[in-house]
This record gives sequence, C-alpha cells and structure tokens, in this order.
Amino acid sequence: MGSWRLYAAVAVGGFRRYATYRAATLAGVFTNTVFGVILVYTYLALWDEKPHLGGYDQAQAVTYVWLGQCLYSTLAIQGGGAEKDVIERIRTGEIAVDLYRPADLQLWWLASDLGRSLFQLLGRGVIPFVFGALFFPMALPTDVTSWAALFVALLLAMVVSFGIRYLAALSVFWLMDGMGIMQGVMITGVFCSGIVFPLNAFPGVLGDIVRALPWAAQLQMPADVLMGEADPLGAYAFQATWAVVLLAAGRLLQSAATRRVVVQGG
Amino acid sequence: MAELSRLGEGVRAYWLIAGMWVRSSMTYRTSFVVTMFGNLLMTGLDFVGILLMFSQVDSLGGWGLPEIAFLYGLSVTAFGIADLVLGSMDVLGARIRDGSFDILLVRPAPVLAQIGADRFAVRRLGRITQGTVVLVWALASVDVDWSAAKVLLVPVMVVSGAAIFCAVFVAGAAFQIFAQDASEVQNAFTYGGTTLLQYPPTVFGKDFVRGVTFMLPLAFVNWVPASYVLDRPYPLDLPQWAAFASPLVAVACAVPAGLAWRAGLGSYRSTGS
Repeated sequence: MGSWRLYAAVAVGGFRRYATYRAATLAGVFTNTVFGVILVYTYLALWDEKPHLGGYDQAQAVTYVWLGQCLYSTLAIQGGGAEKDVIERIRTGEIAVDLYRPADLQLWWLASDLGRSLFQLLGRGVIPFVFGALFFPMALPTDVTSWAALFVALLLAMVVSFGIRYLAALSVFWLMDGMGIMQGVMITGVFCSGIVFPLNAFPGVLGDIVRALPWAAQLQMPADVLMGEADPLGAYAFQATWAVVLLAAGRLLQSAATRRVVVQGG
Repeated sequence: MAELSRLGEGVRAYWLIAGMWVRSSMTYRTSFVVTMFGNLLMTGLDFVGILLMFSQVDSLGGWGLPEIAFLYGLSVTAFGIADLVLGSMDVLGARIRDGSFDILLVRPAPVLAQIGADRFAVRRLGRITQGTVVLVWALASVDVDWSAAKVLLVPVMVVSGAAIFCAVFVAGAAFQIFAQDASEVQNAFTYGGTTLLQYPPTVFGKDFVRGVTFMLPLAFVNWVPASYVLDRPYPLDLPQWAAFASPLVAVACAVPAGLAWRAGLGSYRSTGS
C-alpha cells in the first residue's frame, strides 16, 4: 500500500514537471494544430481519390488525424519522454543513485512517464482535438461507453509506449551513447505507429507486419476503439499482451544491465 | 560600407564557429556516420509516407507522383539548405533560459552569425541529399517540355526557397527572444511549412492557400514557380510573371525578418540568473 503511494507521488511529479512549461505547452498546441490542418487536407484529398481507404470514410479519416495529433506528445511517438531522462542518467552515471533508492527502477520511471503522458494529453492533446472537431467533420461517438473505452485503450497505449522507450533507454548501458538509439525510437515510432499513414491503409504484407507490431497499440488501436472499428476487448488484449511482453523484457534487460554498473569513485 | 564590412565579419565568424563544430563532430566518427545516416532515413520517412499514399491512389489533388516528387524535392532541398545554415536557431530559447545567450552578446561578432553557427551540424546534409535525390528523380520522370526558362527556374527556386526559409528561421528566432520557451511555434512554420509544400496547392482550402501566398509567402518556394514548369494552373490565378518573382519575394521576406531580429535583440533583457 505504501509503495503504491510512492509511485502515485512520482506520477504526480511527472505531471507537474511538464505542467511548469506553459509557453512550451502552448507552442506545442499550436504546432500540433498546424500539422493537423495540413494532414487533414491531404487525407481529404486522398479519401476523395479513394473512398473507404483502409475501411474508413472521410469523417473517420479526419478523426484519425486529430487523434494522432492529440496523442503525438502524449505517447511520445517520436520520443522525448522518460527515456530521455533515463538515457541521460545512465550516461552521467547518476543511475547508480537511482539503483540505491528503495524503489523499483522500472516502476519508478513508468509512474513518472504516465504522469507526463497524462499532462500531455490534457495540456497538449485535447485542444488540437477540439479544434479539429469544431472546424472539420469528424466521426465522434455520442455515447459515454465509447469514450470510456477509448480512455482504457489510451492507458494501455501509454504503457506500451513506455515499454518500447524504456527498452531503448536500457540499451545505453551497452552503447554508452543515446544519440543513435533516440533516432531509432523516432524513426520506428513515426513510421510504425501510423502517425504518417493509418496502419489500416498500409498495403499488403507490410500492412500485416506493422499491424502486428507493438506500435500498432499506440494510435491505431485507440482510434479504432473510439470509432467502433475494433472490438474493444480484442484491442485491449492486443495492447495488454504487448505491454506485458515489453515490460517483462525491460525487467530482464534491467537486471542484466544493473549487474554491469560500475560506480566510479571521484 | 559599414554594413558591408559587418556582413563580411558575420560570415567570417560563422565559418570559424561552424568549422569548430565540424571538427568536434568528427572526433566521434562512427557516431557522426550513424547520425548522418539516421538523418537521411528520418527525413526520408515523409517521402515514404507519400509513396505509401501512392500505393493506394494514382493521383493526389489531381497531381501524379512525379509531379508531387518535384514539389517535394524542391521543398525539402530548399528547407535543407536553410536548416543547414540556420537550423540551430531553435536552441535560442534554451540559451536565453540558461543565460548563455548573454555570452554571445558580449563576444565581438554578430549575434546572428554566432547563433546560426551554434552546434553547426554536418549531418543536416542528410536532408539536402535526400531532397536532391528525389528532385533529380522527379526531373527525370516528369512529363515536361523543357525550355531555357524552365531549366533556369529550377536552381532559382532552390536558392530563393532556401532564402525564404532562412527568413522564417530568423523571424522565428526574433520571436523566441520575446516568447523564450516557445521554440515549437517556430517548428510549425519551418517543418510545417516544408511539409505543406510537399503536397500540391489543389489539396488545400482556398483561404489556406491565400494565407501561405500573401501572408507567409511560402507558395513562392515551389507552388507558384513549379506550376509554371509543370504547365499547371497557378494557385489563386496569379499572373504569369509570378513564377519568376521568387527571388524578389525572398528579399521581401529577408528585410522584415532582419528588422524583427534587430528589434528582438534591442529589447532583450537578460534572465538575470
């Protein structure tokens, strides 16, 4: 019970930390809105050309775009969440201090990242989404259950997103430099999460592959749950499976990594 | 004359600082190669996105793939050059916040040159390379009756486009002096601008096209001159000569951007930390 409160406090800390950067948040809202407008126009042209592409109608395609902009920083799709701090702490050796804390390293960072995600969702995600709903035709459900279903899918998406980025961060124990791996996170995140192009509309085998990868749990699943295109339970099962696999892998890698830590005296 | 010598001084300072960063990045050669390659891959992704779209359709807004590749190549190459020269502008906000901006002010070299060359990154050649490759492919595949004017217009577009984007970077930097923590607003205009120009103007709403033609004249980076090359109707029914106006537009952008930068510097109050 006591430890539960600790991680809740860490999450609140993560939330507050990002809430301090008000101008940056506003700037982010603006940028996401601009990119949303650009993408919506291109999607509308695309769906004009080929209606029902990926099984969506135009309004659904538009909804998909704005949900993507809403989740872009929430899920740190191109990186920039807790993994950035973890990498920096491994690089500087401060991770040794974290290991001495009477708390679990992975849970600590998960809590911190969830706090960050929730702030980004409220502070940065909601406004572009509302803007989109006001100025473009969207396919939004009117019942509370669909929105509740979305929220659950979002929480699972946050955990999967963290799972991927935490694994990437731990690799720095061996690589020593996070530059390349951050780029990797960015490239795979942008391409495989469906932020550029809905995974439903990817052609052929490539489509089958990207839809099976954990990144599909981030934007594609929540979008399909919101728009009633996927059975929520099936989507949750997909997301939860990846969450468990990724967190377990993170745990394994973490114990291997922490055995490698050499504390340099100074 | 004083202005001219000051320009020379700026260019000299820029090369010195940029050279220093190049040498320092070469220290970790593997890391350099990896990030250069990663940069190429990263910037290539949005073209892959376009290819994915064209795996499903034959045209977008009435434009075919080679034509869109032409727009893309022009936009990305021009933006890449501006990004190479002035792309470090987005660290300005961070420098103001941590107080290190003050150091630049007391050094005997123009601040704009210093901040432009700050963390000068050769890896940014990745974007230019990628843009150029797509542009060359597009030039080879578009169905165009090439005339001398059309051939000449291509390099003019790249250079004027780069200048227009440079002006956006400088104006953004000036804005950051006021707004401090808002480097992302700049991204909306720089990265957003180049993304926008990768798609044909027919895709966008009329008011939107008006905005990026008359208010922030990004349309002159490629949309307007490319319409001439490709024999497409001009966006907003602009007159025929508008295709050749890009260099003038670039100058018209650079002047207010420079003035804004000066005003920004003049009003700068240190954080005091």
